[in-house]
Amino acid sequence: MSDQKHDRANSGPIREFVTLYIGDQIFGLPVSDIREVFHPRAITRVPLAPPEIRGVLNLRGRIVTAIEVRTCLSLPPLEEDNASSMMAIGIEVDDEAYGLIVDRIGDVLQLPERDCEAIPCNMDSNWQAISSGIYRLDGQLLIILDIQRLLGVEPSTEMAA
Amino acid sequence: MDDLLSDFLAETQESLEVVDAELVKFEQQPEDDETLNNIFRLVHTIKGTCGFLGLPRLEALAHAGETLLGKFRDKALIATPETVSLILDSIDKIKEILDHLTETQVEPEGDDKEIIALLVAASEGVQSESAPKVVAENPVETNQSTEEDPPVGYDIDLDRELRPGEVSLADLEAAFMAADGPDIEQLAVEADQAKEEEVSKEKEKTEVKPTAEPLKLIQTVRVNVDSLEELMTMVSELVLTRNQLLQIVRKSNDEELKIPLQRLSSVTAELQDGVMKTRMQPIGNAWKKLPRIVRDSAKLAGKKVQLNMSGESTELDRQVLELIGDPLTHMVRNSCDHGLEPGDIRVAAGKPEAGQINLSAYHEGGHIVIEVADDGAGLPTSKIRAKAIKNGTISQADADAMSDNQVHRLIFAAGLSTASAVTSLSGRGVGMDVVRSNIEKIGGTVDLNSIDGQGTTFKIKIPLTLAIVSALIVDTAVGKFAIPQLAVVELVRSTETGEHRVETINGTRVLRLRDSLLPIVDISDITGEAAPESSEKPSFVVVMVVGELRFGVLVDSISDTEEIVVKPLSNRLTSIPIFSGNTILGDGSVIMILDPNGVAKQVSTGEEVEQDTSRDEANTDQNSDKTAMLLFFAGGREPKAVPLSLVTRLEEIDPNKIETSGGRHMVQYRNTLMPLVHASGAPTFKETGQQPVLVFTENGRSVGLAVDEIVDIVEEVLNIEMSDGGPGAIGSAVLKGKATEVLDVGHFLTQGFHDWFERKSAMENNEEPAAKRILLVDDNAFFRNMVRPLLSAAGYDVTAIESTSEAWALNEAGVNFDIIVSDIEMPDDNGVDFAKKLAEDLNWNNIPRLALSALEQHDLEKIGAISAFTDVVRKSDRESLISTIHYVLQSQGEAA
Repeated sequence: MSDQKHDRANSGPIREFVTLYIGDQIFGLPVSDIREVFHPRAITRVPLAPPEIRGVLNLRGRIVTAIEVRTCLSLPPLEEDNASSMMAIGIEVDDEAYGLIVDRIGDVLQLPERDCEAIPCNMDSNWQAISSGIYRLDGQLLIILDIQRLLGVEPSTEMAA
Repeated sequence: MDDLLSDFLAETQESLEVVDAELVKFEQQPEDDETLNNIFRLVHTIKGTCGFLGLPRLEALAHAGETLLGKFRDKALIATPETVSLILDSIDKIKEILDHLTETQVEPEGDDKEIIALLVAASEGVQSESAPKVVAENPVETNQSTEEDPPVGYDIDLDRELRPGEVSLADLEAAFMAADGPDIEQLAVEADQAKEEEVSKEKEKTEVKPTAEPLKLIQTVRVNVDSLEELMTMVSELVLTRNQLLQIVRKSNDEELKIPLQRLSSVTAELQDGVMKTRMQPIGNAWKKLPRIVRDSAKLAGKKVQLNMSGESTELDRQVLELIGDPLTHMVRNSCDHGLEPGDIRVAAGKPEAGQINLSAYHEGGHIVIEVADDGAGLPTSKIRAKAIKNGTISQADADAMSDNQVHRLIFAAGLSTASAVTSLSGRGVGMDVVRSNIEKIGGTVDLNSIDGQGTTFKIKIPLTLAIVSALIVDTAVGKFAIPQLAVVELVRSTETGEHRVETINGTRVLRLRDSLLPIVDISDITGEAAPESSEKPSFVVVMVVGELRFGVLVDSISDTEEIVVKPLSNRLTSIPIFSGNTILGDGSVIMILDPNGVAKQVSTGEEVEQDTSRDEANTDQNSDKTAMLLFFAGGREPKAVPLSLVTRLEEIDPNKIETSGGRHMVQYRNTLMPLVHASGAPTFKETGQQPVLVFTENGRSVGLAVDEIVDIVEEVLNIEMSDGGPGAIGSAVLKGKATEVLDVGHFLTQGFHDWFERKSAMENNEEPAAKRILLVDDNAFFRNMVRPLLSAAGYDVTAIESTSEAWALNEAGVNFDIIVSDIEMPDDNGVDFAKKLAEDLNWNNIPRLALSALEQHDLEKIGAISAFTDVVRKSDRESLISTIHYVLQSQGEAA
């Protein structure tokens, strides 16, 4: 996703990721992609919208489309009583504001570019479709999400091929 | 792009538009020096700038054109349609080169020798007197050249010296031109055809200048459209934020905040106004190219056409302006090609040879109305009818039932614009469905009016701006939505038991509204989401009209109307057909804006489009002079009539279902027994077939009036002559040219209600000890007879009198009433004075006074009726009369 940094790989560049949790799984998003983190409040549901679109909400006068990352990953939505702890990650793609709804937000990690590994080919195709790499952390695996693909690719589309 | 070049392009584009229009004007008035000077100056400027920027091709063209114009200016030449065509062609050529410049920043390859030669020849043409004569005899072999420039023997077209015996091309052209006018035109036409199809949109066009008159000096600054758009977006945000603040302060009641907020509020409003203004452009900008188009298509068709424009300075949002340009061009071209007849036919019809196309624009209540009117032959009604039937757009039966006006509107239907329609309808109406859908896309409407032999008028109504619209905020089972008010024609309260009840046919919802069935959609149906079982039964039907389709959307309640700032949908959501955008409400929540067009498409699955037959009726409803009457036969072939507004429904009942009990006729109707009375006075019910019945319903109680045959519904000014035709008749009136007996509905209602009514009032007696007494004052016997039974049926004790003096007599006699209902406009009495007097009367001052009037609100205020009366009810509105009386009496009871 950042070929530019690859070019300078010999100096061992460091990349920063915001980590987030869906269930027990930890994911990472490049800090540079993220505009803000906020509590999603008063989401208006949009009838007939694709399933992963949870609705639209007002973030300081701007209409933000809320994307349910769980649905993108073919996971069931969070139970209602846990929903209050949900967080949203504000991103902007093509001048449009999106909010990625996740279970909770973790720390910011600094990881060397070269440690990033390819996604195992036996991973769920939906997961593969929206990930760009994987890091081996102590005791867990960090999956790096690709925002472009997360927003551009329908979860049902077969991307594994 | 080079700043200098892009400025030049933008400026030249503008100048050329002016030149186009001015040239057409000049052609018609060749003696108008001012117009010519203006054209000359503009072309000269273009030439000068081209030279400065190093654009030789453009410069040469402009120079040749300027030379010819110079000849006109010096009166050395008289402008003819041919020479003007030539200049117009050169302008087109310049435009073509400009387009190329815009895209590539360099002049295109090639040259314009052909057209320059024509221009040069034209400017030479009349100067050389000898040329036409000689050349006409033997054009090819003659070597008689004209004067210098270009020098004899050098041909600029061939770019070399002429060989002996050869004639320069320019001379040849000159000869042709001078010898035979039409040849040049032929060339011009060919050049036109060779030319690429119209000029693409000028991207650099960033003008803020309100330039209707090119000579007017107004100081302007060029601003990029994008920065204006940005500004508009920010102002929209500001408006939303202010709305939120206002809502918060309203709740918290913080006095300290209120004053600065008020100031903020007014400044915001001014700012919004100001920014809106910068986006506004005179509609004349979109019209600039029309004179040229009319001129060209008129020439092609060999017609004389005069285009008149008025209201060019009417301003509207530039976004709207851009979108309206193409449909407008299409319509004007249509009027020119098909609307206007050829000159000879016009003369034969006694019209002036030159056809008129009138284009006008004006403001009307937050909308811009644009009219395109021609004085041609009008639409070929019978051809359209035949075509529509053939196409299957409408059925034969529908076609027979349709008025001419409705038939004309069929040209907006998609089915009529097929290729085959072009030939059989001679092109009229082609693409009109595209025009309509383009106009509807921007929330506008288009209608037409065609009078046979006198012409056709198209009326386009478009919103001033697309950014801010007024909308109805509705609650539904699946959430709140905004509906643009432009599409909404009325709101109907629908209850389970009331008059307006939503019924289902095979799962499809419909509503009986007046005399038509209205298809109803529930948002939860369209969205495919099951509505949660709500206990809320009473709901509203929002009646919308989109094109020819009239339908209702079922909602739980209407929560507000609000001016909303339309924000575009996210890319991920644009594929949903039923939404056109979203917005942030004053409370900060986001709601979706329903797209009436999208919803309409969902309603008419398949082609079952319900034709909008009730529109005509709705229009005339506003005309208070006319009354809709239902004509029928009952006991004989003399027509009888009742006011349509009194009839709740028309039913057909199986005669076998009619039951008799105690000498009365009943029928089971909607789970209750409905008394039946025959309008002829005798129980001559049908024995076979279907018995037509007019159903009158009040407060859930119905009476059926059986008739022999329902004939028609007419709308006419009622002139009732009172008669003593016995019980059951008010009098007679001339309807549809026939003397018609107008029946006293009250007579039949009380006949039907009779025992049933007693039972009802006995039931009510538990709560209300005695029926409320109403004094009804109205000089019009017809109206008295209409209203009295209605009020009696609603459980009131009515005393109806025809003058205020009778009222005072009752006052003297010590009679008391619970409410006085009085007409305002009576020929011998004044209702307002009566009310004022009542207010001072010792006995009656506490009785609520209700006025009946057909006047509008502001007129009522003018005559002081608002203050003199407790309330005012529209005369024709019987439902609100009863509910108002009920309400007034109730609040009176509470106050006492």
